[in-house]
Amino acid sequence: MKNFIHNLIAINLGMIFAGGLVISGMTQPKKIIDFLDITGSWNPALLLVMLGAIGVYMPVYYFVIKKKEKPLLEEKFFIPTNGKVDKKLIFGSAIFGIGWGASGLCPGPALTSLVANNQAWIYVLSLIAGMLMAKFITNYKRQNA
Amino acid sequence: MSEYLLALIGGALIGLSSVLLLFTHGKIAGISGMIKGSIIDKQSDKGWRAYFILGLVIMGLLLSIQRQEMFPINADLNYWGIALSGFLVGIGTYIGNGCTSGHGICGSSRFSIRSIVATVTFIISGMLIVWVMKNFF
Repeated sequence: MKNFIHNLIAINLGMIFAGGLVISGMTQPKKIIDFLDITGSWNPALLLVMLGAIGVYMPVYYFVIKKKEKPLLEEKFFIPTNGKVDKKLIFGSAIFGIGWGASGLCPGPALTSLVANNQAWIYVLSLIAGMLMAKFITNYKRQNA
Repeated sequence: MSEYLLALIGGALIGLSSVLLLFTHGKIAGISGMIKGSIIDKQSDKGWRAYFILGLVIMGLLLSIQRQEMFPINADLNYWGIALSGFLVGIGTYIGNGCTSGHGICGSSRFSIRSIVATVTFIISGMLIVWVMKNFF
């Protein structure tokens, strides 16, 4: 029963998230590329999406969540506390940005477009392959460190 | 309705979904992290991740039946280009621990230095690759 409620809420939150992505135009790769294209036809839509999202998340986080000891369904919050900026973070984010800018697709919109277009399939399968590759390299380096 | 107003409203829905996930499950709504936690490095509580992803796919399916034009392909890239893009996103989000949702929205909202640095980094590298592709390909 515990898992049922967890999963039911998760599926609904996923649907709201996807609705937001579609309404805001984030499933249209051209809008992402136009946001990143500062020397051409710059389109601020993605910036507005982020402002809209942060505009809801930030106040709820600071005025509601921070005052609570634990979330509704769990015994504690799982909020990352490792505040260290390291080479891995910068290197990984730079690689992500190259892949993201090249196609105009990030993981959320790609999953949302999974049924609607074939490119999303190719993208998500390649994304999983990339993660497996990164995991393999990370483990290899750890073993040989 | 104007494109910009829709962007703000859609963004607010994304923020609402993300902060509700924190409120109910206590988790960060990072999509790449959900793929990682449900398929690559399986977490013991992986269930909700797969269901959140299922929610994304189902809503995408429902909306695409009505409004297929909201899901255009990127006509400038062939399948190899898309595959390379996805592959780089997989490597980058695995190593950098997040993407536009986890770092860009959830992390930035909490003023996490790591997430702000990550967001600035991927926006700059995204701008660079768009410029390179526009001018050299």
